Amino acid sequence: METLQAERSTYKPPPPVIEPGHTFESVTSKISSIVLTKHQPFPWIVTTFIAFMFFNLLLVSVGYLFMKGVGIWGNNVPVGWAFDIINFVWWIGIGHAGTLISAILLLLKQDWRTSINRFAEAMTLFAVACALMFPLIHTGRPWLAAYWLFPYPNGMGIWPQFRSPLIWDVFAVSTYGTVSLLFWYTGLIPDLATFRDRAKNKVTRYIYGALSLGWRGSARHWQRYENAYLLLAGMSTPLVLSVHTVVSFDFSVGIIPGWHTTIFPPYFVAGAIYAGFAMVLTLAIPLRRLYGFEDFITMRHLENMAKVTLVTGLIVFYGYLTEIFFAYYSANQYEKFMMVNRMTGPYAWSYWALIFCNGLVPQSLWIKRLRTNTVWLFIMSLIVSIGMWLERFVIIVTSLHRDFLPSSWGMYYPTFWDFSTFFGTIGMFTMLMFLFVRVLPMISIFEVRTLLPQAKVEGAEGH
Amino acid sequence: MHNAPATANTLYGLMAEFEDATRLTEAAKRTYAAGYRKMDAYSPFPIEPVWEAMHVHDRPVSFFVLGGGIVGMLAGFGLCYWVSTVAYPLNIGGRPYNSWPSFIPVTFELTILIASFAAVISMIVLNGLPMPYHPVFNVPSFLRASQDKFFLAIEAADPKFDRQKTFDFLKSLGPREINEVQN
Repeated sequence: METLQAERSTYKPPPPVIEPGHTFESVTSKISSIVLTKHQPFPWIVTTFIAFMFFNLLLVSVGYLFMKGVGIWGNNVPVGWAFDIINFVWWIGIGHAGTLISAILLLLKQDWRTSINRFAEAMTLFAVACALMFPLIHTGRPWLAAYWLFPYPNGMGIWPQFRSPLIWDVFAVSTYGTVSLLFWYTGLIPDLATFRDRAKNKVTRYIYGALSLGWRGSARHWQRYENAYLLLAGMSTPLVLSVHTVVSFDFSVGIIPGWHTTIFPPYFVAGAIYAGFAMVLTLAIPLRRLYGFEDFITMRHLENMAKVTLVTGLIVFYGYLTEIFFAYYSANQYEKFMMVNRMTGPYAWSYWALIFCNGLVPQSLWIKRLRTNTVWLFIMSLIVSIGMWLERFVIIVTSLHRDFLPSSWGMYYPTFWDFSTFFGTIGMFTMLMFLFVRVLPMISIFEVRTLLPQAKVEGAEGH
Repeated sequence: MHNAPATANTLYGLMAEFEDATRLTEAAKRTYAAGYRKMDAYSPFPIEPVWEAMHVHDRPVSFFVLGGGIVGMLAGFGLCYWVSTVAYPLNIGGRPYNSWPSFIPVTFELTILIASFAAVISMIVLNGLPMPYHPVFNVPSFLRASQDKFFLAIEAADPKFDRQKTFDFLKSLGPREINEVQN
């Protein structure tokens, strides 16, 4: 009892989510002035230009792929799945943070989410767009994808096979992309109305006016809006957990050693949240610096994200340990060989690099001084992204390159076009992110207003 | 609105502007208590006490979501069932044609997909949007309703509405200013 009281007396409430001293007007003008201006900061122009160059590299790579076919890539028997699926899973994983932040943290009443949910949602959409590129192009013949993937009555009278995880994946990812878009747009409507009312230029006013659907902030509208938004959050929560579960089924339903384990769904979901939060940090740290958003994206936000990264990183690391235990305890010689081969075989470097990136480096986040150091957080988030890419490389390539019979063993070497397509999607992602920052509010203005002390109605309880 | 001549202008209602959320809530409470029903409050962010003060409890969005979910669920399972047993039956490792556990992921995804569309579309349609023009936009200071100011409008269509009496009533609520809203 005494210790409890002692604890209570030393308890300090967390710092406010938004730095004190802001008014409705200052919040509104701070966020909207980035868009409603003719001037862009120099770093924005440089980054967008470089990203655009890489986007062009993607167009060239994909164009050449459609001309020549998948022969330009390094995939071959026995490694039939390589960069295309690695990149797909990597991007989809990154795309998990947005909806997680928007939906799950909303339901858990974590109001610090408000400053980061908008651009995390945008990040989700663009990451899903990059991910969707790969299933579309991985056959080299994208026009065939239509009847392979989607159930529609076609002239050949054939239909997709609904017992296959690959077809579940099509439904899971396309539903996730669509619902994320709906969620994002719904959240944008009131802010688009703010832009409409602040725009000086007539064309700008018409564009934002049309996009805002004539939103006028009526209380009757707000009530329905909040109802719909909360329901969307409630539905997105199981959805976001289902997507990477289904992606993991692509592997775990197969009987390849290293894929066929029941740990995959939770371990993939944790990995997705981990990669997603790391990417939010990668984007948030430079953007808050560039646009002076330290008041809205405070150290508390960065620290909370670092904590989520640490926790999910530990779950991922637990997944790696479980894989080792499974290999040992299964008493299956193929499973055992797979694990030994991962650690000591020709791709051992990738396994140990993975353990370094995802097992060791995130442990630095236990230390508060490193957790609140933006430079270290930025470097750490890049290492995590590399680690998560290596994780998929290890799972896919090391499991496939040693087939059941030594006569079908082989090695996988990526080609220039493998890399150019991958870096091209990074360029596309960065370009879309920076264009988004230029034309839409990257922080939800109306939700930040609700966080200000003056938004509280005196005499009304709760909320 | 439709470039109608100025003489054809009719009164939509009266609109009072308030400084903060607390005053708007108080005003909404008193306006409702005074018997006005064709009223609306406008604010730059959602304020739950305001719609409680106006006794707005509109729940159809939830029912549309439930309906959308049920339709999506039936459509998802129906699609898998029909394709796998009727349209294109395939023997996959000796599994039954109606191998229902394999149909759960697609059923689940379509449930969420249709329910989410139902949530967004029903919210927009029930709100009467898109509506690019509305009489309240004719008040110049209403530009601030999406930024930092709070408004309460009483429509002329309300049976209790009387230009002078309603004006005096709104004045008693302590607004910053009161504007006439022209149609």
